[in-house]
Formats: sequence, structure tokens, C-alpha cells
Amino acid sequence: MSRAGADEKPAISPLHDPRWRSAVYQVLLCAVIVFLVYSAVDNAAQNLQRARIASGFDFWHRTAGFDISQTLIDYSTVSTYGRAFWVGLLNTLLVAGLGIIIATIIGFIVGIARLSKNALVSRLAGGYVEVIRNLPLLLQLLFWYNAVLKALPELSDSLVLPGGAFLNNRGLFLPQPVAGAGFSVVPLMFVIGLAGALLFRVWAKRRQERTGLQAPILLATFLLVIGLPLAAFLLSGVPIEFGYPEKGRFNIRGGIEILPEFMALLFGLSIYTAAFIAEVVRAGILAVSHGQTEAAYSLGLRPGQTLRRVVIPQAMRVIVPPLTNQYLNLTKNSSLAVAIGYPDLVQIFAGTVLNQTGQAVEVIAITMAVYLTISLVTSLLMNWYNARIALVER
Amino acid sequence: MAAHTPSGTSYVRAQAVAPLPPPLVESGAIGWLRTALFSGPLNIVLTILSGALIVLIVPPLLNFLIFDATWSGADREACLARPDRPVVGACWAFIRERLGYFIYGFYPIAERWRVDAFFVLLTIGIIWLLAPTARRRTLGAIYFFVVMPVLACVLLLGWPAIGLPEVSTTQWGGMLVTVVVSGVGIVFSLPIGIVLALGRRSRMPLVKLFSVIFIEFVRGVPLVTVLFMASVMLPLFVPEQWSPDKLLRALVGVALFASAYMAEVVRAGLQAIPRGQYEGAMAVGLSYWRMMGLIILPQALRVTIPNIVNSYIALFKDTTLVFIVGIFDFLRTIEAARVDPKWATPVTSTTGYAFAAIVYFICCYLMSRYARDMEARLTTTHRR
Repeated sequence: MSRAGADEKPAISPLHDPRWRSAVYQVLLCAVIVFLVYSAVDNAAQNLQRARIASGFDFWHRTAGFDISQTLIDYSTVSTYGRAFWVGLLNTLLVAGLGIIIATIIGFIVGIARLSKNALVSRLAGGYVEVIRNLPLLLQLLFWYNAVLKALPELSDSLVLPGGAFLNNRGLFLPQPVAGAGFSVVPLMFVIGLAGALLFRVWAKRRQERTGLQAPILLATFLLVIGLPLAAFLLSGVPIEFGYPEKGRFNIRGGIEILPEFMALLFGLSIYTAAFIAEVVRAGILAVSHGQTEAAYSLGLRPGQTLRRVVIPQAMRVIVPPLTNQYLNLTKNSSLAVAIGYPDLVQIFAGTVLNQTGQAVEVIAITMAVYLTISLVTSLLMNWYNARIALVER
Repeated sequence: MAAHTPSGTSYVRAQAVAPLPPPLVESGAIGWLRTALFSGPLNIVLTILSGALIVLIVPPLLNFLIFDATWSGADREACLARPDRPVVGACWAFIRERLGYFIYGFYPIAERWRVDAFFVLLTIGIIWLLAPTARRRTLGAIYFFVVMPVLACVLLLGWPAIGLPEVSTTQWGGMLVTVVVSGVGIVFSLPIGIVLALGRRSRMPLVKLFSVIFIEFVRGVPLVTVLFMASVMLPLFVPEQWSPDKLLRALVGVALFASAYMAEVVRAGLQAIPRGQYEGAMAVGLSYWRMMGLIILPQALRVTIPNIVNSYIALFKDTTLVFIVGIFDFLRTIEAARVDPKWATPVTSTTGYAFAAIVYFICCYLMSRYARDMEARLTTTHRR
């Protein structure tokens, strides 16, 4: 070996060259995956042909011919499969959206209660979290649906709730608010209030940067966004009427009907997810060291200000990422609706539509694509938020 | 200057001040009550509210589960309200009679010992792997991940050549299926999850890409859709003669789903290992697999044991979803039994769910206790 070759790379046989090796491994991996995908597609084509199942997305425009018990948009038995898909998707989003709101409220209350100095309160919250987290969600859904809501009285002995609502084993029947003449001024005021609140925020921020004076942003926002429409509502003579449900011999007419399936799913999902959110909140608050609170007190901040301006902003940085995860879990778990018959995306599309058309590949692919899209969009928003609130370090 | 003379010290007290009352007791039972429950008006209100909540929940629950419960009986008559017994609680007689069904499903009664033997094998494996004082854990791992699955297959499916008649998986049910599904999930998800996690951290772009796609895809969709996919699409993807049976399809779905989550757990563990460990291993000339197998994974898996157990808890709860694709797991047998006309009473459903809840709670609670103890053990060793 001469010293001349020291600057050049030593000659290695390709067998021992890491670059060669990794290239070979990757080519092999690709070959295996391509082979698997190819044989799966080939088998699927043959099997589908044998079973005489059409492929492609033509079924989207064909008449569905089945009824759905809860529809947020116009739908009837003559609507298309595509329409049924939108109905299912909206039902999923409805239960997930409401579930997220309720679970967040319960979760924050329970999470803070777990940190309470009051022994009874903290143990009660701890017991809630322990019990709910250790029981399968499906069991809880079945319990709410079969043992609680389906065990309610029959239609003829409906429970009459205050305000003209009925509760029986067919669901909850609420009065339906109907906008009267002159109601349109209320949403108008809401929009004006919202714009005003945003302008006020900008103005207050600029003034604070200039002079250091703080403006009551929270109060002003509240007054403008809630107070203004409310005042308009009251001043224009309460322009709203209620369509009360009326009990007949065999069914209830009018009003808003809330299915027991929907209620069971909403209860189950919110109560289950709330237990996980409570743990997230607790961990987030514990992550802010006590020194921060003490430092805030020693600067002369009041307890409320300390909480709002020092503890919560720092806790949120820890809380938000796992919280979003829980929101995603809730959305994905709403697919358990299929077990109790709530017409969500999976029940309608991967259930009924799949059985009627037999086009498993297309239907499952669309269903999964919807959930994937929701997940990916949420993670993108999450990353954006994380980047915004991340600690700025040198 | 006169004020400094002894006669002018009017600002000095002539008599001792009366002693202050002693501070409120802060120790002992009364002290605890005072600081923990009644320290201020808000706290008192909270205490009263939560006390009321406990009174509202606990006594009715105990009455239903224990004091008003029916413990023995032959059929629904025993659990119906009668004039001499207007309030009926849980119908435990129903659970007692159907217990065999809840555990074994339709497994032939003469062959049930095989299921029991399987449970014993499984318990040995779990204790060997998880007990903190266990010796020779490598051997335990080989037993758990290789020997036990083979033995379990032979035992449960049967092998006529050695005198064990075949039992079709359609006859399996109850706790057996729940344990099999979660067991398969556990046994397969760890190795696949490790491979995926290594793949995700690999320097080979294609390996990384495929791992990321698989992990993110599976984690982005609900288990229900994965199970649907496994049950309706899997038979399409294989030649007709290989069409897997229903249970196997669900098992594939669960194993793939669990692997993706396990991959993320393992990846977190790998990230917790300081770079120096990798560099040290490379410096002594270990190959990639020896570096991973001898240096990195033993440390990474050790710190992730609590998280692995936590994801097993989630998996154990998620096995209930095989219910949706028509497999008779523990929850499904309860669903089936509670509508049996022989035991149809107003309390049967609630009793069934209460029993399921108790079983699931005990299993999950024990696992989470183990995870917590392990975590405490690990943090103390690190804190040293």
C-alpha cells in the first residue's frame, strides 16, 4: 500500500460498501412491496370478476334506496349514494364537534378538580378518571344505549321535561325555535359586534404598546359579541317562536327530535374522552413550576392575573398537542357509532352502501381517505400552532 | 433626654401580654378535615357538593351490586320483582349460569381443559416477562414470542395426529377470543413495531418513506375501518383458495393496527437514548443489527416498558371492536346472553354490563398499576 492513495477513498468491494448495501436493500424492499401490491391487485381483479362486482366510482351517482334516521341535509330514499356519503360525513362531524366541546368542558373541570386541595373533590375526580379510562368505550356506549336510554319509558308514558320537551325510549323531543319576523337583525348585530371586537383588540394592543395602558379586552369582546345581538334581540320584541312537539298516539310530531343513538354516542364519547383530557390538563398544569406562580406573586400580580397571564399560557404549550390528539381520537372513535346504529359515515357508507354495492375496495378507500384527511389537516394546523407558541430560545 | 430614664419608659409594657390562642390544629384527623375539607367558604361548598354526589352514587350502586342482588336461581323468575321483594338488584344468578359461555364461547365442553391449559401457559409467559425479579428474561422472551404461540395454536386449534380433535375458530368465543386477539396483538405488534420504528429512523430514504407511510396511515384511520378492511378486503387480495377465516382476518387487522402504535412507542424510546450510545457502539465496530440488538434496544425497551404496557391496555380495550365485524369476543357473548329470553328481566342488561365492566376494570387497572410501579422503579434508578 502506497501513501499516495490516502486522500482518495480506499477501494472497498461493493459487498462491504454501506452505500451499495443500502441501495441493494432498498431495491429489494421496493421489489417485495411492488410484488405484494401487484399480486394483491391481480387477485382482487380476479376475485371481483368472479363475483361479478363492478369496479370504479359509478355507484356514486346511483340511487341509494335506503332511508337514514338522522339527516342534516335533504335526503330521501331516491337520493344517490353520493348524497348518503355527505349525510354520513355531516353526522360524524356533528357528533365529533359537539363531543369535542363537551369533553373539553368536562375534562378541564375534572383535570383542575384533581389538583384541588380539597381531598374529597380531588379523589372524586381521580375516581372518575380511573374508572372511565379503564373501561372499553364500546362497553360504555352499549351501556348508555341499551341500559339507560333504551330503558326509558315507552312513548305513552313519556317523561315530560320542563319547557315542553319529552323524553322516552325513542329519543328526546325538544321545542324547535323558529325565527320570527325581524329576527334577521340579530345575526347582523352579531357580525357587527364581531368586527367591532376585532377592531377594539387591534386598537387596545396598539395603545398598550404605545402607553402601557391596558384596556378591558375580555369585557369589551363579551359585550360586543354577546351583548349587542342580545340587546337587539330583546329590543326588537323577542322575535322568536317555538314549535312545540306534540304527543300523538303512535308518534311525536313537530319539535326537534334527538335520537337515542345520537345521545348515547355523544354521552359515551364525551365522558370517555373527558377522562383522558383531564389527565392532559393535570399534566399541563403540573408542568408549570411553582416558581412561576411565586415569581408572579412577588411582582404583585393578583391570583387571577397570575393564572391568566403566567400559568395558563405556559400550561397551554404543554396541553395543546396531546389535547389535539384526544380530539382526533374522539373523531376516530365516533366510528363506533356503527355498534349502536347511529348513522355516521362508517355505518352508512362502510356498512349499508358497502353491503348494497359490494364495492369493498372503493367504499373502504373513500371512508379511510376521509379520516386520513381529517387527521392530516388537524396535524398541519397543530404544527402551525406549535410553531407559533414554541419557546423562542436563543 | 429625660425620656430615657427608667421612669420615663412609658412605651414599655408593665405587664405581660395575654398569650395568643394556640394555632388551629393542623395534624391529626381534625386538622386534616380543617385543611383538606373546610379551609374556606368555597372549599366548604365544594365539600358539601362532592359529598352529596358521593351519597347519590355510592349507596345505590352498592345496593344494586350487593345488597339487593340475586345470587342464585335457575331462570328469570329468580330475578323478577315480587310483592315481597319490590326492589331487585343485579341478577348474579344469570352470570353464574352463563359463566362458561362468557369464558369459552361455544368451545366443546369436553375440550375446555385445553383453553384452561392455554390460559396457564399464557400466565407463565406474562409473569416470566414482566415480574421485576424474574431471571433469564431472554429465555422468557423466546418462550413468550415463539414457543407459547406455537403451543397455543396446537392446543386451541387441535391436532388430530396427537389426539387433540380439531376445534374450528367459529366455536371459539368469550374471554378466550378476547385473550387470543389481544395476545396476538401483543405478540406481533412488538417485533413489527420495532422493525417499523427502526425503519422510521433509518438513513435509507425508501425504508423510511414506507415506514412513515404505513405508520401514519394506520394511525390516521379508526380501528373500525381497519377491521372492516381486513374483513372485506383481505379475502379479495389473496387467491380464493387461501381465503382466511373470519377470526384470522380480524387478527391481521388488530396486529397491523397495534404495530403502528407500538412503532411510535418504541421510536420514543429510541429517541431517549443518548447519541453517545450509538457512537460508542459504532466505535467498537458493531454492525447495525448487533448495535441495535446489544446496545440500543435493550436500553430503549427498558425505559419504554410503562408505555408499552399502556399501549397494551389500549389494545386490550380496543379488542372489543372485533364485536363489530361479528366475532364473539367477551363483550359480544354478554350482548348475546343478555337478550336470552330465559333470563329476560329488567335488570339483566345492566347486570351483564356491570359484570363486563368489573372484568375489564380489574384487568386494565392491574396493568396500569404495573405500568405505574415500573415507571416509579425506573425513575428511581435513573435519579440515583
